[in-house]
Amino acid sequence: MEQRPALPVSLILLAMLVTLSIASLMFGYAPLTLGEVIGGLLGTGPEEHQLIVQQIRLPRVVLAWLLGMALGASGAALQGLLRNPLAEPGLLGISASAGLGAVLTLYFGVTAVSLWALPASAMAFALVATLALYALTRAGSSNLTLILAGVALSSLAGALTSLALNLAPNPADVQDIVLWLLGSISDRSFADVQLCLPFVLIGLALLLAGGRALDVLALGEAEASSLGVNLPRLRGLIITGTALSVGACVSVTGAIGFVGLVVPHMLRRFVAYRPGALLLPSALGGAVLVLAADITLRLIGTPKELMLGVVTALVGAPFFLALVLRARRDML
Amino acid sequence: MSLLEAVGLTVDVGAKTLVRDLGFALGEGEMLGLIGPNGAGKTTVVKAIVQLMAHRGEIRLQGRPLSQMSARERARLVAYLSQDDRLQWPISVFDLVALGRHPYRGSWWRGGGAPSAEDLAVIEEALRATDVTGLRDRRADELSGGERARARLARVLAVQAPLLLADEPVAALDPMHQLRVMELLRAHCNGGAAVIVVMHDLTLASRFCDRLLLLDSGAAVAAGTVSEVLTAENLERVYGIRAVTGEHEQQRYIIPWTCSAR
Repeated sequence: MEQRPALPVSLILLAMLVTLSIASLMFGYAPLTLGEVIGGLLGTGPEEHQLIVQQIRLPRVVLAWLLGMALGASGAALQGLLRNPLAEPGLLGISASAGLGAVLTLYFGVTAVSLWALPASAMAFALVATLALYALTRAGSSNLTLILAGVALSSLAGALTSLALNLAPNPADVQDIVLWLLGSISDRSFADVQLCLPFVLIGLALLLAGGRALDVLALGEAEASSLGVNLPRLRGLIITGTALSVGACVSVTGAIGFVGLVVPHMLRRFVAYRPGALLLPSALGGAVLVLAADITLRLIGTPKELMLGVVTALVGAPFFLALVLRARRDML
Repeated sequence: MSLLEAVGLTVDVGAKTLVRDLGFALGEGEMLGLIGPNGAGKTTVVKAIVQLMAHRGEIRLQGRPLSQMSARERARLVAYLSQDDRLQWPISVFDLVALGRHPYRGSWWRGGGAPSAEDLAVIEEALRATDVTGLRDRRADELSGGERARARLARVLAVQAPLLLADEPVAALDPMHQLRVMELLRAHCNGGAAVIVVMHDLTLASRFCDRLLLLDSGAAVAAGTVSEVLTAENLERVYGIRAVTGEHEQQRYIIPWTCSAR
């Protein structure tokens, strides 16, 4: 057996990630060659190239990494904790709740007081949502209970978001918020990256720290506990890690769904189905998926650039449906 | 001194008392059969020992209260095989058994990511003892019931704890595997470990256990040797059955025959 099953697949994903990052710096409205990208990065090329690479495309690449890693790792971690392959921050309403938190700060103008209010509120709402989900599903959670709890939470967050939009005094604000809610990593600056970077990194560290215990949790909570797994600590790690990483990302990028569902599912077989070993590859795989989707939507050249959240939903929803159809027998 | 001692063990859940003022002791190399009808509190007793359920009274292992040990220390001293054999992820038999070494693994940031050479040796020995070496790369969720029972037993043996608790390890197994699992537990005892096994099959209990503890409604009805505990009167009073009993090769067999009017 493989002692470190996550290593080979992680290295492959890392190589893909580097390649896609370079591609992401090259492709776009004004295509650049590899040499021009390097020149722009190092500051030796023309000022125009420096501007495009450093100010426009690099923040986008970094955000894709952060967002993809947050969604992929939290999806894998939630699946391990809830012992359920359908757990995912988007599907379970965690992203929608974070979105609500962000919209409320925009709505009440709290962001004028402090920029940090935006990610803080999004993370707080994500935390409440994750805690609620856990409380609803911990006792012998069937797939059905979990999904229903997620549907309820998503609907509630969606309804409250709609209420805020409904009551918003300024129609221009409404359009901004709606577009932002669709989810995108374009037109973001390094100021946006700074806003979520520390929380995403802390969140990821918390999630990865739970890896070993998640492996043992495959045996069920009782036997895992008998083997010395501290269940309250594990729950705390994963719930906080998810809330921090997903909440902070959503406050900058809007809600982007299905990455946390699709990525762990595709990678599970490469880590011998071990839920803990799945965390790192899922983080890297999430970043690969987000970057690839972001490059694709730039390349297909629709008259108006597609939003990332729209693309992931278009790909992810049928995937989810297929997963449900396959698991139908033991689901209900 | 006994390896395990329970004094005044009481478990309350809400206003309900599941186990009442139970006391027992168990020495090294001894196998205690925990028997009684459904709902008698057998599983509760086992869960209280593993500290999965809050309890009053004291449970001491090697003279020290279990409730005061760290989770990691307790995990090395008490191995627990639960009734629930569902496995959410299709991990391999080897990986399943390797989880038994969790209490010995270092933290991941101190390079404890992979099992040590000693861990590997223990895992191999557990696989061999339960005769699942040939299944090591198979997905644990695709095994037959008997194979899975042996693989799970290998997992608890890999803990190398002086006390092993097995909650209905032979329920749902075919007769050959029932005997096989009991023989494996007996061999584990003969190696010096103490075993508490929850069972319903009275013949297997009397054949393999050194002593029996008969529970009814959370209280001990009888404790001692097979002939002391499994009397016709106790069977009728606690289980509500009349049984055919006899001896074969100087060992008792008990076949439940009719329900007696309660």
